[in-house]
Amino acid sequence: MANAPDTTQFSALSTQAIKSGSAKPNSQRKKSRGNGTRNLLLILLPSFIVLGIFYFYPMLTILVGAFTDPQVGLQNFQWFFGEQVNVDVLWRTLIISFWVTVICVLFAFPFSFFLTIVTPRTRGLLFLIVLVPFWTSMVVRTFAWVILLQDSGPIGEFMKLFGVQSLGLIRTPTAVLIGMAQVLLPFVVLPIYATMSKIDTRLLTAARSLGARPSKAFVSIYLPLSLPGVASGALLCFVMALGFYITPAMLGGSREAFLSTLIQGQVQGLAQWGHGAVIGFVLLFVTLVILGITGYVGKKTGGSVQDMVGGSKA
Amino acid sequence: MTKEAILDLQGLSKSYDDSIAVDNIDLSILPGEFLTFLGPSGSGKTTTLNLIAGFVEPTAGSMLLNGAPLEKMPAHERNLGVVFQHYALFPHMTVTDNVAYPLKQRKFTAAKRAEAVRDVLKMVRLEKYASRYPAQLSGGQQQRVALARAIVYRPPILLMDEPLGALDKKLREWLQMELRRIHRELGSTFIYVTHDQEEALTLSDRIAVFNEGRIEQIGTGKELYDEPNTLFVGKFIGESSVFEGSMTDGRFHAGGKEYWGSGTVRDGPAALLVRPEKLSISDEAGSTLPEDLTNWVIGEIEDIVFVGSGMKYTVNTAIGGAVAHVPAERAVDTHIGDHVRVAWHPQDAKLLPA
Ligand SMILES: Nc1ncnc2c1ncn2[C@@H]1O[C@H](COP(=O)(O)OP(=O)(O)OP(=O)(O)O)[C@@H](O)[C@H]1O
Ligand SMILES: [Mg+2]
Repeated sequence: MANAPDTTQFSALSTQAIKSGSAKPNSQRKKSRGNGTRNLLLILLPSFIVLGIFYFYPMLTILVGAFTDPQVGLQNFQWFFGEQVNVDVLWRTLIISFWVTVICVLFAFPFSFFLTIVTPRTRGLLFLIVLVPFWTSMVVRTFAWVILLQDSGPIGEFMKLFGVQSLGLIRTPTAVLIGMAQVLLPFVVLPIYATMSKIDTRLLTAARSLGARPSKAFVSIYLPLSLPGVASGALLCFVMALGFYITPAMLGGSREAFLSTLIQGQVQGLAQWGHGAVIGFVLLFVTLVILGITGYVGKKTGGSVQDMVGGSKA
Repeated sequence: MTKEAILDLQGLSKSYDDSIAVDNIDLSILPGEFLTFLGPSGSGKTTTLNLIAGFVEPTAGSMLLNGAPLEKMPAHERNLGVVFQHYALFPHMTVTDNVAYPLKQRKFTAAKRAEAVRDVLKMVRLEKYASRYPAQLSGGQQQRVALARAIVYRPPILLMDEPLGALDKKLREWLQMELRRIHRELGSTFIYVTHDQEEALTLSDRIAVFNEGRIEQIGTGKELYDEPNTLFVGKFIGESSVFEGSMTDGRFHAGGKEYWGSGTVRDGPAALLVRPEKLSISDEAGSTLPEDLTNWVIGEIEDIVFVGSGMKYTVNTAIGGAVAHVPAERAVDTHIGDHVRVAWHPQDAKLLPA
């Protein structure tokens, strides 16, 4: 890099500064700050290289592959949107991800609120309960759900006591929802809790003094202030759910296949790399569109809220 | 007095596991008055205010608002206004929405709300900021929004807990004047908490001096200044010199000398309290003093400060520290370290139990 001339200039400057006493301390400091930025970039360089090789390059291959494998053209896209099955799977992936997100938010909201009002000790314990599954392998966890949910599992056996012969839980959308919601819950709890813990509860006292019933105060003050956390938790959950593979494959039936399952089938089963690439392309596109929409809506409505949340402690 | 009171506190107490925050307070608050709770930190001012507002439940005693019991009523039904030191503005609402909030709870129509909000924002001089968010306002502006929000529904009583505590001196003084004006315009009852005695004197019709959960004395600023009932009140309101001694057989002695003062005190430890402007300073012989200044003590000057209207002397004496305000024309030529005579008229001294 073009580092050398600068360095000499710098040393020339410093010798000059030394010669003339404290003549130009300012320009010297400026110079060294410029060097600092360059050093920082230098430190970051290895991680850029790693990201480039192991992340951007493969992604680029897939994106390019969608248009070029086996030959250049749009035939892969024609295949994807031409076959009803593929569109059904895309649609199902979106629907199930949506419901998983709804379930996660419904559980995470009261749970996070509870976290903010308990003692720090209890909070630690509750966090542990949410996070322990988070630290275990996805495969192990999913197998645990298979065992729990199958007809001969503990839940099935328990229900047999009441004369219910077969719950038929396993290999249903319900099983997929349960399994995915459990995996994704921590990702929703954490941002919601982070937002809630910053809400000044004295605002609720103020609302009561102004004539609001406690429930009204909660809905009109606490709820809107917690929405940014809910939004980011939900977004994270939905986007992650779109790419799920193991859980729907193991807990769902053939009719619960996700886009990822489809990719696996095309690539491993049929060696159709182009088809796999185009599904990956669609998945990425959907994700980016959703991120774009939420970013836009967030700026339109939530921008002010974000401002304010910072300002509330003033 | 009790009859015409708008709010009557009777034997009001609040204790926590390990402490008594408010200890058996009796207080009658008159309609339209500006009453200030003044006291040191931890003396129970906020707790008393929170009891009135309904944020805290009393452990004993009763509260009557216009003769009707208040203590069982939930906070949101009390229809009192509260202004907090930390403003407590709703960050996700504009100034207009913040101020309209209590009106919405009271089911005002949109038109009436708009009109009331406009009027009150004019009163606090914030018309131009109606569509801003709280974070886009300065501290003083935020506090005025909080004030507007608390008075827009015309509550009979406005409670304020150190509302100017977080603001700088200049702004605080300006807002004090604004508060006085708004109090006059509204004509409602203001209950104000502060630990700043100057602020209390500036604002209040009456001041209740709090100490360790009790009201030590209540009265106008002048009453408290001229006729403190206790040494605590005397020391807390204004500056004073306190000479410590004891009462024996109805006479007060300090440092082996007898002094006189107004007030009767039982035998035991006692103190003589004299306000700075009542003290005169002279050489040790007292040559520049009139004959009738029979009460005096010798001390060493610790500090001399020019305070515009005159000189302020701080003098160490054997019976306590003295602070004297001497008008410029009576200032004497002395220096730090000089021994001087500090003298006063017996009728300007207040005898208090120590
Ligand atoms: N929730 C509580 N639990 C236990 N003790 C409390 C509680 N709230 C207040 N106290 C105690 O009650 C006493 C009075 O507190 P209070 O807040 O009324 O004082 P204050 O006069 O408002 O003081 P400051 O000028 O510092 O605001 C204090 O000793 C305080 O420690
Ligand atoms: Mg307080």
